[in-house]
Amino acid sequence: MALPEPSASGRFGEFGGRYVPETLVPACQELEEAFRAAWADPAFRAELDDLLHHYAGRPSPLTDCRRLSEELGLRVLLKREDLNHTGSHKINNVLGQALLARRMGKTRLVAETGAGQHGVATATAAALLGMECMVYMGEVDMGRQALNVFRMRLLGAEVVPATSGSRTLKDAVNEAMRDWVATVEDSHYCLGSVMGPHPYPWMVRELHTVIGDEARAQCSEVLDGGVPDVVTACVGGGSNAIGIFSGFADTAAELVGVEPAGGAAVGRGVPGVVHGMKSYLMQDEFGQVQEAHSISAGLDYPGVGPEHSHLAAIGRARYEQVTDAEVIDAFQLLSRTEGIIPALEPAHALAWVSRDRAALAGRTVLVNLSGRGDKDVAQMMEILG
Amino acid sequence: MSPSPVEDELTVPPAPAKPGALETALRAARASGRKLLVPYVTGGYGDDWADVVRAVADAGADAIEIGIPFSDPVMDGPVIQEASEVALRAGATPVSVLDELRRVDAGVPLAVMTYYNIAFRMGHERFAASLADSGVAAAILPDLPLEEAGPWARAADAAGVETVLLAAPTAPDDRLPRIVERARGFVYAVGLLGVTGERAALAESSLVIARRLKAVTDKPVLVGVGVSTADQAVEVSAVADGVVIGSALMRRVLEGEGPAGAARFVAEVRAALDAT
Repeated sequence: MALPEPSASGRFGEFGGRYVPETLVPACQELEEAFRAAWADPAFRAELDDLLHHYAGRPSPLTDCRRLSEELGLRVLLKREDLNHTGSHKINNVLGQALLARRMGKTRLVAETGAGQHGVATATAAALLGMECMVYMGEVDMGRQALNVFRMRLLGAEVVPATSGSRTLKDAVNEAMRDWVATVEDSHYCLGSVMGPHPYPWMVRELHTVIGDEARAQCSEVLDGGVPDVVTACVGGGSNAIGIFSGFADTAAELVGVEPAGGAAVGRGVPGVVHGMKSYLMQDEFGQVQEAHSISAGLDYPGVGPEHSHLAAIGRARYEQVTDAEVIDAFQLLSRTEGIIPALEPAHALAWVSRDRAALAGRTVLVNLSGRGDKDVAQMMEILG
Repeated sequence: MSPSPVEDELTVPPAPAKPGALETALRAARASGRKLLVPYVTGGYGDDWADVVRAVADAGADAIEIGIPFSDPVMDGPVIQEASEVALRAGATPVSVLDELRRVDAGVPLAVMTYYNIAFRMGHERFAASLADSGVAAAILPDLPLEEAGPWARAADAAGVETVLLAAPTAPDDRLPRIVERARGFVYAVGLLGVTGERAALAESSLVIARRLKAVTDKPVLVGVGVSTADQAVEVSAVADGVVIGSALMRRVLEGEGPAGAARFVAEVRAALDAT
């Protein structure tokens, strides 16, 4: 395994842990045990693999970008998580957690969502397995991502606006945790990123290692047994990034996470504790969590998964920041050169590659294209007029 | 493999044998045959919050919980969330709340209730020292469960600050003795599955958790979360040593009833508890 397990207390170095209300401690302990058992159970793995293949459409392809590579003066490979069922990498995690929840006897899934991709994926898994589904979404994000709200409702989920604080992803997480505190006996909190209390950062990473494992084999084929020089992905909570990093952590590949400049927890935060974990966090001098600002609802989060904080602290990965304007350019660039409309989230990773093209000249860069841009087209139509 | 320095630091030290000021006061009140009443007031909510603290002290509180508002209060329902947001918008900080508390002189022990990041950001030693400097006896950090409490508890114990621990209905039997052993001041029994807020009726689970805790400790056991009225306080205090009341009080304050209204409500609960 390329990335090691967290410590017994759920830590990656000094980050992670389980900072939850006492009510949830037994549930987190049970979840850890249940996941450990399921993950070691060939029958569980076979059922999940079968769903990933026949339902989600895995393996996702690797695309060698000819025109984009030519334009940038480097070689871009895209891991096509945008082609998964529901349009992003989120489905990998959700199918695993939904199967686990069912195995634990839970009948209801609770989720938070930012851009709506995780909410749609959770609603999809709930429909597939005949479970109830409740999705919390910031009121601001419900406006930005009306199409995904409709999708979730179509799939039978209840979507509830988070109306407190910044009314974005951070507040949706608060509401989901409050729901779980009250419903923990029959509900599973289907957390959508490599964040939250132990075992979530580890469990969600494991469920996304399929991205890195596939990409490693696919790159090897394309690169005559080699690995890319750079592996990059956008980072909000950081699940798609951890998924692809996991396949290359034991190679010489440079790992680069790309954060929005207005939500750069690693780049601008200091260690803090919120949402069950110790990690880099954008906060004021008194420890009040600050509001993130990003064009992308999926990355509008002031924290980051604890393993990213650890990878940054030990220097195994580095974290770059891009602006909304650079993201808008990258969104158009990929659409125009490759006929692929990316989601605004992975457009962050592309924006960094495009901006730093001189430094990357002649190198091979693997970009995790974590989602497709259908959900963002209305927003971009407004911005680009 | 030997545990890392990080893991070593997580070891939870045993609680000091000598009870602190809060536990001593609550034990004495209980010994006098009294049921314990601990109201909660959000620090920094309104210009007159310190007057609210003094008013509920005079109205018969045995101790008072002071909330230091936090941006992301996951254990709190709508009322405390709103009070916290308003206080933060008005510029309340841990420093401003503790500064004002220093001058309050309520005459009963005070416990600060806030979230762990407030203490972590200031630094454990510094936060514990500023609580002690402000005359605060205890701290309640609802997102810092037993397993994570070690580093904070060491600093708090050294500064003479009692760390109240919560015990919830979801805890298996073997967990409760470990919680009560480390709890100082009192044991905060979470009355129901859910966040703070008023409920129409007392949850059966609050009686069950109180009974389970009373069976394993002689430390004061107070039930909070979902205790909303004088009748509910009386009902649960048949088993528990007393109650914490937050949302029902802060709703009245949010509705503009001021220190007088807060005092009226606390006096009503006090009278009902004393009549049993």
